Amino acid sequence: MTKIKLAVAAGSYCGGCDMSIVALNEMLIPLEDAIDLQFWQFAADFKLKDVEKLKDGEIDITLFDGPIRTSEHIKTAHLFRKKSKIMIAYGSCACFGGIPQLANSYSAKEILDENYVHGYNMDDSGQNHMQPTSEYKKGRKMTLPKLLDSCLPLDTEVEVDYFVPGCPPVPGQWETLLDIISKFIKTGELPPKGTVIAGNTALCEECGRTKPDEIVINKFVRPYEVDPDPEICLLAQGIICLGPATRSGCGAKCTLNANVPCRGCFGPAPEVNDAGIKMLSAIASIAGAKKEGELGEEGLKALMDQVVDPFGTFYRFAVPEIMKQMKMAKKQVKHVSSKSK
Amino acid sequence: MPEILNPKPKIVAFFCKWCSSKAADIAGVSRMEYPPNFIPIMTPCSGRVEPEFIFDAFAEGADGVLVAGCHLGECHYVVGNYKTLKRMILVKKLAKEMGIEEERIRVEWIATAEAKKLVTVTNDMVNKLKHLPPCSSKLKGVTQEEKTND
Repeated sequence: MTKIKLAVAAGSYCGGCDMSIVALNEMLIPLEDAIDLQFWQFAADFKLKDVEKLKDGEIDITLFDGPIRTSEHIKTAHLFRKKSKIMIAYGSCACFGGIPQLANSYSAKEILDENYVHGYNMDDSGQNHMQPTSEYKKGRKMTLPKLLDSCLPLDTEVEVDYFVPGCPPVPGQWETLLDIISKFIKTGELPPKGTVIAGNTALCEECGRTKPDEIVINKFVRPYEVDPDPEICLLAQGIICLGPATRSGCGAKCTLNANVPCRGCFGPAPEVNDAGIKMLSAIASIAGAKKEGELGEEGLKALMDQVVDPFGTFYRFAVPEIMKQMKMAKKQVKHVSSKSK
Repeated sequence: MPEILNPKPKIVAFFCKWCSSKAADIAGVSRMEYPPNFIPIMTPCSGRVEPEFIFDAFAEGADGVLVAGCHLGECHYVVGNYKTLKRMILVKKLAKEMGIEEERIRVEWIATAEAKKLVTVTNDMVNKLKHLPPCSSKLKGVTQEEKTND
């Protein structure tokens, strides 16, 4: 049996996705025979230099975790795209931006200033803290990669073949992934490009909580304020749960086992582009429904003000579509203008 | 392009079929003057305006969005404009977090007979947005040119 060459590359990641591979336990045993590991800094001391020496398309499959946050991640993404046949965005960050994309509501300068200039644990030397280049030994300079102004998913930078959402992905998805890999080894067949390796319904289909026929929210509560009833739909209890707009495939672990609302880590439900705005619209529709006349303008304003931080609530794991579109448009303009020169 | 054909700021206006667009008709018939910055779009009800439309408008280059409907309690579809009101409160909050100023999104209730109100609202909105930079440069995360080290 020919072994397939696998690489696990990373953008701005926390390590959780890599841990999810290690946590496969006994599922790793058949992998050992099938896979020849080319790059995985989490597991062993691989160097990017060695990857650069490989021929183009020599790596069969690259799993990429983490979004594009610094200039180095752009380089890594392009390098692995060039060297590999199949590029898989692994984890919510690589697929949609993930938790790091919450920083999109601040510019890079604001973030750096907050941390290194106005940070309360810093002395008062101000801007001097930010030294991207430093010298060590004689004349050997090290430069930190530049922090980009935005934090966008992998597919804004390079072409991505498959998506494995999840924060982190669950063993169930690995079963599908292993099927795909073993089929690829045997026959060379692959599913169509752009396939999302997860469920094909909204999360509510998987979640076994009893859903009332009509859901109306008369008071918004945040998860820490109440001890939710484990049997009844969380939305009916006034907690914002992103289940209706989120893809299934995780087994509803949060809502069923942990009794906390879905935060949307599996990304938009099938055939939805921008789940956040859809969910915002839905929440607004069911808030105070049928009592609007009674509540009046002031009452409704007070009710909607109970929704704290819509960006962090509805877009916790996915970059807003408008941001992505404008970013891509700008990139194309830049590309065209550099060509015409 | 002459300024009259490409006025700045550009504002997309969603008028509901039953009240606001009738008001716009009346304003036209009675030869009231209002700024050419508006691109009016007639919707069946202000409740038809999905939050997505508003962000799409900004993505396509609009500098402001006006949503106008019937007065509260007078909606042709009973609760359509209440839904608009609730959504727009959240949309304004979300837009603010994304770097779009609150003044760029405006919700007004304009009845058929209130052509004068329409003229005041449009003039007021143009005056307010004139002093703001174009929206496309405002969105956080796309504000500055990105340069890599090499």
